[in-house]
Amino acid sequence: MSDKPKIAFYWCASCGGCEESVVDLAEDILMVLDAVDIVFWPVALDFKKKDVEAMPDGSILVSLVNGALRTSEQEEMVQLMRRKSQILVAYGSCAHLGGIPGLANQFDREQILKYVYEEAPTVENPQGIRPQLEHRENGRTTTLPEFWKMVRSLDQVVEVDYYLPGCPPTPKLLKEALLTLLSGKLPAKGSVLAPDIALCEDCPRKDSKPTDLKITEFKRPLWTDVDAEKCLLAQGIVCMGPATRGGCEALCVRGNMPCTGCFGPTSRVKDQGAKILSSVCSSVDANTEHEIDRILSGIPDPVGTFYRYGLAASLLRRKLGVRDDVVEVK
Amino acid sequence: MSQEPNRKEKTGSQDRWEPRIVAFFCNWCTYTAADLAGVSRLKHAPNARIIRVMCSGRVDPQFVLDAFARGADGVLVGGCHPGDCHYQEGNYKALRRFQLFKRILHEMGIDQARFRLEWISASEGEKVKLVVNDMVERVRALGPLELPSRFREWDSELKTSAEAENVEREEVAAHVG
Repeated sequence: MSDKPKIAFYWCASCGGCEESVVDLAEDILMVLDAVDIVFWPVALDFKKKDVEAMPDGSILVSLVNGALRTSEQEEMVQLMRRKSQILVAYGSCAHLGGIPGLANQFDREQILKYVYEEAPTVENPQGIRPQLEHRENGRTTTLPEFWKMVRSLDQVVEVDYYLPGCPPTPKLLKEALLTLLSGKLPAKGSVLAPDIALCEDCPRKDSKPTDLKITEFKRPLWTDVDAEKCLLAQGIVCMGPATRGGCEALCVRGNMPCTGCFGPTSRVKDQGAKILSSVCSSVDANTEHEIDRILSGIPDPVGTFYRYGLAASLLRRKLGVRDDVVEVK
Repeated sequence: MSQEPNRKEKTGSQDRWEPRIVAFFCNWCTYTAADLAGVSRLKHAPNARIIRVMCSGRVDPQFVLDAFARGADGVLVGGCHPGDCHYQEGNYKALRRFQLFKRILHEMGIDQARFRLEWISASEGEKVKLVVNDMVERVRALGPLELPSRFREWDSELKTSAEAENVEREEVAAHVG
């Protein structure tokens, strides 16, 4: 193999969209291949875990890991990638903040296993058979990874150097990030490799956002004839723009759909859901509890709306007091 | 239903647990009322750690979550009565936010008695006493929230503890927006 810098891709609990976004580099991927060797990429190349294990520690320049973490196998793999890589990048919303899989942190493990193996309408399992961690047959043992109690972001399991946000990150950001990391001029450790401004700054509808926003009713886009020019919040549609990092070039808003927050918060915000809640709710045009509640009833699922990508990395991390959350009283 | 007090009672423990309440009081009304309660020598439970803010509208819901995440058992926010806000409508903004915030706490399994928003004017020292005492008793009945212990317990399923790194991250994250 040549002495070009080595790059690896790995996926954990992900949908494949992040892998797709690498392919979306289109002909730019040729530029990437000119500059680097891809030494590990389970979705596209036939290298195995043992090939990675055989590499010297720190011999991969950059590993881009996408997907949230929920199993012991994923922990083992990201530990391995961490050891072998100089730079570990959390790629995409799931690795960055837990992403959509993080919404499973509203349920306990038993609820999820019971639904998946017994109750789902497409499942026929009268004996209630569940996968076991270990199974012996004819003197041989097969094992399965352990399914954790909760979903985690990558940095809740290993040290992460940089984050590339988005569901998925745009090819433009990926290209810029690779060029930056290959140039050797590294940004501060822990940086999110996207502009540190709110999406509203990037928004083509910015000028139609009233300074004093007054929301009298929340509407859902699918039941609404959405004005394609006017600020979505001014139309009563929950848009995460004010509390979400820009850099996506307002793709969803340009498609006449509200921002759902996949780029995560800016560096000044610790808990994206609480911040957007704060921003949206303070614009509710009512002063009595009853009237405020009536307007806010237009947001039927506040956790799923405000923490759509960020629940696992939020301050609370998961629902409390579920069956497997038992705490010793000091 | 909120289901959070899912805890093992430790028996034979000598030191009794005391609720820790973080109280954000607005400078113009509730903090002045707490001051009045003090100079009037009203006795109330010592469990509330009072933080003075300029307005109840300044209390970002992140502050409340952060207090819980760092070990508070309850959070109390005190502001001026509706119509009395020094900044016209800061307390209305607080009310609008916390009406939805309470729904989120409920869905995340935190008992609603752990969070309270109260209007207490500068002359209502007596109300500070009543509210603090009442809240301490309600939270005492619920027991400890102990989020830091829960976080440690949750992460005990990891083979390699991320705890050492977490300490480092906490320092970096000490700044809240």
